[in-house]
Amino acid sequence: MEALVFLEQHGGELQKGSLGVLAKAASLGDGDVAAVIAGEGARALAAEAGKFGAAKVWTCESAEVAQPLPQPRVDVLAQVVEEGGYDTVLFANSVLAADVAAGLAARLDAGLNWDLADIELQDGELVGKRPALQDSVYADVGWSGTPRLALFRAGSFDATPAGGGEPEVAEVSPAYREHSTAVKLVGQDAAESSGPSIEDADIIVAGGRGLGSPDNFTLAEELAKALGGAVGATRAVVDAGWYPYSAQIGQTGKTVSPKLYVALGISGAIQHKVGMQSSGTIVAINKDANAPIFEFSDLGVVGDVHAIVPKLTELIRARRA
Amino acid sequence: MRIAVCVKHVPEGPSRIDPSTKRLDRSGEGSLNHFDANAVEEALRIKGESGTEVVVVSLGPQKALDSLRKALAMGADRAVLVFDDAAEGSDLVVTSRVLATALEREEPDLVLFGQQASDADGAVLWAAVAERLGRPVISQAMELSVEGGSARVKRQTEFGYDTLEAPLPAVVAVSDAINEPRYPSLKGIMGAKKKPQEILSLADLGIAEGDAGEAGSRTTVLALGDPPARGDARKIEDDGNAAQAIVDFLAEKRLV
Ligand SMILES: Cc1cc2nc3c(=O)[nH]c(=O)nc-3n(C[C@H](O)[C@H](O)[C@H](O)COP(=O)(O)OP(=O)(O)OC[C@H]3O[C@@H](n4cnc5c(N)ncnc54)[C@H](O)[C@@H]3O)c2cc1C
Ligand SMILES: Nc1ncnc2c1ncn2[C@@H]1O[C@H](COP(=O)(O)O)[C@@H](O)[C@H]1O
Repeated sequence: MEALVFLEQHGGELQKGSLGVLAKAASLGDGDVAAVIAGEGARALAAEAGKFGAAKVWTCESAEVAQPLPQPRVDVLAQVVEEGGYDTVLFANSVLAADVAAGLAARLDAGLNWDLADIELQDGELVGKRPALQDSVYADVGWSGTPRLALFRAGSFDATPAGGGEPEVAEVSPAYREHSTAVKLVGQDAAESSGPSIEDADIIVAGGRGLGSPDNFTLAEELAKALGGAVGATRAVVDAGWYPYSAQIGQTGKTVSPKLYVALGISGAIQHKVGMQSSGTIVAINKDANAPIFEFSDLGVVGDVHAIVPKLTELIRARRA
Repeated sequence: MRIAVCVKHVPEGPSRIDPSTKRLDRSGEGSLNHFDANAVEEALRIKGESGTEVVVVSLGPQKALDSLRKALAMGADRAVLVFDDAAEGSDLVVTSRVLATALEREEPDLVLFGQQASDADGAVLWAAVAERLGRPVISQAMELSVEGGSARVKRQTEFGYDTLEAPLPAVVAVSDAINEPRYPSLKGIMGAKKKPQEILSLADLGIAEGDAGEAGSRTTVLALGDPPARGDARKIEDDGNAAQAIVDFLAEKRLV
């Protein structure tokens, strides 16, 4: 296996998820693993990539990759795959990496298996592990032909240093295609860090679109208060302006693992699940008996949040009084 | 202006995988992927402002016409379905090839996608299609405006919010927070039947059978297994006593 790992960096920091994938690839022990880092300050990060198992690091600091946009990175990766002769390219899922991986798959006519939770060698062949259909079945997936592309679910692997040495560093400067550099970043709002911290809460009551309106978030707030917990939210309600981003749980929000997670009117999309699946006990109320959230709840209640939550809050208050 | 919206027909209710084909069982009822209703709605919103033609495009079984008709009933003008037995079991490489070829014929100024297919959860197809079309792409759009020959998007990433701009023609995938899709009116449903609905085969698109379906795919499903056991998960139906049942459960777990 000649594997290449796409390392994502943001503000000069290599993202843990992609380092985890690198460490995993190195641990397969089937040949050296290389990494690619694009963007400002890429070269300075090469040594760190070495610690996580990269024997060689390709860097690209051209102006075209200064912004976190996928398409110029497809040009970079296509060039590296060709120059380095890689047969396997691995990505940790993110808004950026998913678009890079799929763009590269089309460019190279290469197979992309996504949402993998693990990968292993079986008789010398790479096999991906993919939980599918709301994680109700596990599929072993493979590739016909090379290069093989894989996109791993957030949090699949721990980023543990593999004890590697100083990597060989090579620079890459591809020819950028016209469409690859057409998107411009015209503004950025960093995520606000204010607001209550939900990461340390023992109990989280999270609300989704099923609450029906921003005002109904008081249902979640009252229940959280009664339980002595914090309030979380889904991206759907955060982007709709119902609740602040600082409370968002999931792939592009926070990862939490409270002792108790109560989900109110949340469908349980995979991107939400990856942010809360390690909670101790999960209780979900949803009026749709087929909602994916029930696939990973310890107690699933099919019902209307408006009917159940006020009563629940009252009962808990009474118990605590 | 012309907007093409890519929509998928997905199985309704709990899905299952057919153990013999190792593929999703698509024999039952299906419906318009609800994430794609957001993309159709966004196209209709833009159409309302600027007199645009909206064409909905799908690769899928013949029954996918139902989903395309739903989009027509919402207000789209025209539908194109690529239906071919040889396209069954297509993976990302093939699906993007077929859709890009169908889209090229339409010469759209803007191609819209939904956030994800609820049966596959890939959330990746747009980037592959955009690459084949040689067009700029922006994903996860929670706000979209089209003005002066370019698309402007606000979107959420792991690090906060970005505002991005792409010159048309461009590809944009919208998030499910971008709008509330309308319900088709009775008049819309009646009118949909008369709107143009084209069915294309792979041959119509000039795609060889070997480049589609399982033959053209570059990924395979090797085996299926059960997920790790989940202990004693319980599910109850609210009969008026759910609140008490939850309290009892929490007490049993010593969480209250
Ligand atoms: C790249 C990417 C990143 C993402 N990142 C995140 C993330 O970080 N966090 C996140 O949460 N999502 C994220 N998403 C979005 C995710 O896919 C879902 O769209 C989102 O989680 C849905 O939010 P929701 O459950 O509130 O809304 P919906 O999916 O609309 O679900 C609402 C639920 O409420 C139920 N309901 C309605 N009325 C009632 C009622 N009266 N009583 C009880 N139940 C009711 C419905 O049955 C439904 O199941 C991401 C998506 C992508 C593609
Ligand atoms: N077979 C299909 N035909 C048309 N559009 C599709 C098809 N499959 C997926 N899409 C579009 O691509 C988006 C993302 O799908 P996916 O990457 O499969 O999760 C969906 O929301 C649709 O807009």
